[in-house]
Amino acid sequence: MADPITPVLTKRWLSPNSWRLSTYEQLEGYTAIKNALRKPQEQIVALIKDAGLRGRGGAGFPAGVKWSFMPQTSDPARPHYLVINADEGEPGTCKDIPLMMADPHSLIEGCIIASYAMRANHCFIYVRGEVLHCIRRLHAAVREAYDAGYLGNDILGSGFDLDITVHAGAGAYICGEETALLDSLEGRRGQPRLKPPFPAAAGLYAKPTTVNNVETIATVPYIVNGGSDWFREMGTEKSPGPKIYSVSGHVENPGQYEAPLGTTLRELLELAGGMKDGVPLKFWTPGGSSTPLLTADHMDVPLDFEGAAEAGSMLGTTAIMVFNETVSVPWAVMKWTRFYEHESCGKCTPCREGTFWLAQVLERMVEGRGTEEDIDTMLDVCDNILGRSFCALGDGAVSPIESGIKYFRDEFLALCEDNKAKQSDSALVGASA
Amino acid sequence: MTESTEVFDADIHAKAAEIIGRYPVARSALLPMLHLVQSVQGYVSQEGISFCAEQLDLTDAEVSAVVTFYTMYKRKPCGEHLVSVCTNTLCAAMGGDAIYKKLAGHLGENGTPLGHEQTSGTPGEQGSITLEHAECLAACDLAPVLQVNYEYYDNQTEQSAVELVDALRKGERPQPTRGAPLTDLKSAEQQLAGFFPDEEQFTADVDGPSAAEETLRGATLAQDRGWVAPAMRDEEANHG
Repeated sequence: MADPITPVLTKRWLSPNSWRLSTYEQLEGYTAIKNALRKPQEQIVALIKDAGLRGRGGAGFPAGVKWSFMPQTSDPARPHYLVINADEGEPGTCKDIPLMMADPHSLIEGCIIASYAMRANHCFIYVRGEVLHCIRRLHAAVREAYDAGYLGNDILGSGFDLDITVHAGAGAYICGEETALLDSLEGRRGQPRLKPPFPAAAGLYAKPTTVNNVETIATVPYIVNGGSDWFREMGTEKSPGPKIYSVSGHVENPGQYEAPLGTTLRELLELAGGMKDGVPLKFWTPGGSSTPLLTADHMDVPLDFEGAAEAGSMLGTTAIMVFNETVSVPWAVMKWTRFYEHESCGKCTPCREGTFWLAQVLERMVEGRGTEEDIDTMLDVCDNILGRSFCALGDGAVSPIESGIKYFRDEFLALCEDNKAKQSDSALVGASA
Repeated sequence: MTESTEVFDADIHAKAAEIIGRYPVARSALLPMLHLVQSVQGYVSQEGISFCAEQLDLTDAEVSAVVTFYTMYKRKPCGEHLVSVCTNTLCAAMGGDAIYKKLAGHLGENGTPLGHEQTSGTPGEQGSITLEHAECLAACDLAPVLQVNYEYYDNQTEQSAVELVDALRKGERPQPTRGAPLTDLKSAEQQLAGFFPDEEQFTADVDGPSAAEETLRGATLAQDRGWVAPAMRDEEANHG
């Protein structure tokens, strides 16, 4: 059994000036590329497959499998690209930004290995625009890496060339969706593309492209150094490795806890000092607002990709948002729905219109003007969004509403009852006048 | 001479060319270039749109379509500082809604609260502040958070937020909880375009604090308790 906390990605965070190259090099930094650049590309891809590394951006797709979709030849007319999704914006998610601020070189080293494995000579880090300090740290780290010969031409005499471009976004949640991100990186509105073709066939500039999350790629150097068996000593068979759980909300000690996949909320709450002021838990998300809400009955669900799915939710980004009894579920759901309405890109009708009307129904309900019928209307609208939208934003928008009604229907009904009572009161007043 | 060349000097033209040089396809330069034009005027003006269109051989309409899609591009002149309060669900529940409401009232005039993306004071002048509510800013463990010019001020209260904007109005620049010493929105936009101050200042900025107690809680707990990840074997990782 691994320890309750397994600092791998976070192991350098306590070191002074952890973001500098000198610190990184003192703590085994840039040793994995020396190892990796000597090996055939296929061997690196196989290693990542064997390790069972699954995408840390929410979907959990096996990274090695994704890499293997890239053409295994080099054609100068069809350059390959690696794009890092650093557009962290899923509500509750706050792992990639601190990772890039504390240890940007681990991401860069991962980019070098992944680019090499996929025969890409240009890598883009697409980072959301609202995180200036993080962007500054990335630029500084990339400069340091060029100066030290870890980037540029003929890296460490291997014959491999790589350029990294840090690209700041401009405020659009949808750009976290990989094809919207590619459109945005091409200088367009960030709207998702129809798949297929998948990015490995036609991605950035219609060239073979892989889009990976920050945490996924930052994990790669450790797997190269430690091997797949070492990696599998943490986590579960189908969800191996350590994962940064971001615990926020009504807990005593919110923060970043890197633990083996499969850790439960009960265990995380213990690490985080329990519920704030002892006020009991009401609901929580396992991985951001797009993952269906869970309740106090789900404290022992193993938080890995399988466990979260079996409990009727998803692991998502392991953004554990914890809400206590004081928070109204319809209110929370209304706030999230406004978010999805604002961030819907407008490309497809179910999402654009659906989130717009859902927000209005919920606002009405929270203001005490809802009816029981509204609950059915919302579920009906959700049914017309889920699986019928262009991308996963629509599915995400449905999650808090459907799960909120599933577990807390009484709260929605109570708001309607109040309204009904008011209506009949005013009817009586009218009759007696 | 077009209007845009009167607003944007040779230095900005050179920077625009430099941005284009970072990408295999010129149009990819559009987002950073829009940050660049905001660094000049504090918003994306019609001249700014024309400037980008000229550099990238696009139409004004194509550039406008992009500008209006992204919330960070402002279409009206902004204050010296942009104050963004997270009002997404978690921050809102922890006090973010109350902070936003308090600031809107505090910065408003004659009993009218300041609206979203409205400016207190004369845009561009010292002490002027544009206020906005923002979606999740990826700092939920530090909720409720707000940002000034995209630098983080963590664990805010109504009182601390009022004190912060009052200081900004007086021309002071309180140090962010995490980030470089505060400058102004235009300087921040220039950095978002990928242009940083000289080496000495840049190093100082980069070394600005980032590791909040919350960020380090897991790592600290592990250190205190002696918890570690499984040891890697000495021999080079081998696999077949």
